[in-house]
Amino acid sequence: MRHIISVLLENEAGALSRVAGLFSARGYNIESLTVAPTEDETLSRMTIVTSGSDEIIEQINKQLNKLVDVVKVVDLSEGEHIERELMLVKVRAVGKDREEMKRMADIFRGRIIDVTDKDYTVELTGPGSKLDAFLKAIDQSAILETVRTGASGIGRGDRILKV
Amino acid sequence: MQLSGAEIVVRCLQEEGIDHVFGYPGGAVLFLYDELFKQDKVKHVLVRHEQAAVHAADAYARSTEKVGVAIVTSGPGVTNAVTGIATAFMDSIPMVILTGQVPTHAIGEDAFQECDTVGITRPCVKHNFLVKDVKDLALTIKKAFYIASTGRPGPVVVDIPKDITTHKTDFDYPKSISMRSYNPVVKGHAGQIKKAVKLLLEAKRPMIYTGGGVILGNASAELAQLVKMLGFPCTNTLMGLGGFPSTDRHFLGMLGMHGTYEANMAMQHCDVLLAVGARFDDRVIGNPKHFFEQPRQIVHIDIDPASISKRVKVDVPVVGNVREVLRELVRQLEAARGGPDKEALKAWWSQIEQWRGRDCLKYDRSSAIIKPQFVIEKLYQVTKGDAFVTSDVGQHQMWAAQFYKFDKPRRWINSGGLGTMGVGLPYAMGVQMANPRATVACVTGEASIQMCIQELSTCKQYRLPLKLINLNNRYMGMVRQWQEFFHGNRYSESYMDALPDFVRLAEAYGHVGMRIEKPADVEPALKEAFARKKDLVFMDFITDQTENVFPMVPGGKGLSEMILV
Repeated sequence: MRHIISVLLENEAGALSRVAGLFSARGYNIESLTVAPTEDETLSRMTIVTSGSDEIIEQINKQLNKLVDVVKVVDLSEGEHIERELMLVKVRAVGKDREEMKRMADIFRGRIIDVTDKDYTVELTGPGSKLDAFLKAIDQSAILETVRTGASGIGRGDRILKV
Repeated sequence: MQLSGAEIVVRCLQEEGIDHVFGYPGGAVLFLYDELFKQDKVKHVLVRHEQAAVHAADAYARSTEKVGVAIVTSGPGVTNAVTGIATAFMDSIPMVILTGQVPTHAIGEDAFQECDTVGITRPCVKHNFLVKDVKDLALTIKKAFYIASTGRPGPVVVDIPKDITTHKTDFDYPKSISMRSYNPVVKGHAGQIKKAVKLLLEAKRPMIYTGGGVILGNASAELAQLVKMLGFPCTNTLMGLGGFPSTDRHFLGMLGMHGTYEANMAMQHCDVLLAVGARFDDRVIGNPKHFFEQPRQIVHIDIDPASISKRVKVDVPVVGNVREVLRELVRQLEAARGGPDKEALKAWWSQIEQWRGRDCLKYDRSSAIIKPQFVIEKLYQVTKGDAFVTSDVGQHQMWAAQFYKFDKPRRWINSGGLGTMGVGLPYAMGVQMANPRATVACVTGEASIQMCIQELSTCKQYRLPLKLINLNNRYMGMVRQWQEFFHGNRYSESYMDALPDFVRLAEAYGHVGMRIEKPADVEPALKEAFARKKDLVFMDFITDQTENVFPMVPGGKGLSEMILV
């Protein structure tokens, strides 16, 4: 099953490689991994999307907690949560495609953030499935380049992850 | 007064009460060695290869309750040390390894003797640090000792660039330390312990299975008290030997791949299992599917939450320091009404005695060729069971574990997790350094001993009167055994050809060498060797080439599917 795990860790050199190394050494899946410093600059927050049986997920949580740099671990999938991913897509936009691309971006609540006479760059945020849907909905041959951040997640309401 | 980084390192070691460090100098640690030279509180032991420095410091820690310390230089110093670090990591040994690094400005430029120490050691340490500012040095070393010795212990590497050892700053060694990201649990959850008590008192066929955690957690006395109170059978893992007295009638011997028939059968057929400081290793429970075919309730006490329900799902996990948890368990058992089910226990013991009657460790005592088991039995008798015994890895290790009866913790020193050939001699050095008056024997084989043989030179320098028991069967015995059982007797590359004359080799290093070829000479030779209190004696026992270790649970098989003699 797919799980989205949030990790608060010391913002120190090498902390990211400890997490990445743990996943590769123990053969766990990483679907995506994002990390950035928090408002408290001594801490980084990481979101890991992974999958595995309940036993594997339990081990992942325990092994993450065991890392000396890790302060807190929460499996967001255990409760109500929101996840968002950002995607930038460069699409061909010439002739009649130009109007069609604009319309599709609007339907998906994307924003066109760069324009040339040949292409648009569309910014799109949402759950990964929405980004997938956008890519499916447009003319495949029009896609020039895509880049995605991987998911970031946060608990709903009073589910707060803080030191 | 401001101190240089090198002075700070030495002062930190002094503050930590470290009396011995094991190491090998080199370019990146020259300033550090200069400071070691200027003082005599911290004694440096010069080895002949960095791997041995780490092994010796590791054994120093295993045989005492102290943190072992090793110092190596950058680049090859570090890569040579990696085997030692990984060995200590697998067996959760508290160690601090100080590694030299090229100067900070040269890091990343492929400088001479540069390697990514933090990167290379990351998967085999509990934690590691690269010190980039001399102001962080003392605190980092404090953290290293704290992390290494608390919670589930383990090795910690502190990588110190050469320029940091020359930079100066004020020295202030913190007395205590707290880290928001590292808070090991100590006390076990009282409610969980209550559940454990209930299960233990309801058990019809109970079993206590303990590992290295009892040794590392200094919980032998509490374990003995618990076993005495309950009257339950007890088995130890390879790492746990000595955690419970081997001569006690409640002890069923070691369990696992080469465990006793009675221990493995009781483990398989028990209805309530109490696991203490052990991790259900593949060499211990065999095939987990087979293990699950018998229903049983499992209580698992361990300091590391990640060890619980890793290979085997348990019913009552108790996370905490094993000594604290066992004390609470004993307290609650004393307060509980009623004791264990005496009738059921009687029936269970009579079943166990029947298994014990199988005499699974028997061997041919009338052989005209020396049987390795016989050597270990005689070693036990001659040393009156009171020696520190280190071993290398292979058949001889299993025979030592099976036939030397350890009654005290920290007496049996071997590489259980990583199974590192070559540890025996450096382990014996570390043990002898930590316990100068103790009798220290190293049980080894002609293959393992050659992996760190150069340390015979270190032994000469420091006059370490070790007794080496070389069970020489001219084969990598355990490899040969597997090839005999599972590879159609095709002894691929397991024959040790062109062996040295070990007697003359020992003599060349300035020691005493003995060759023993007849069973009748075994005991007199051992007596003579152990009487030579000041000499290192290398005893080369020419043993039976065809002897195998029994019982044996073949890979992938279940605990009760042993091959017996």
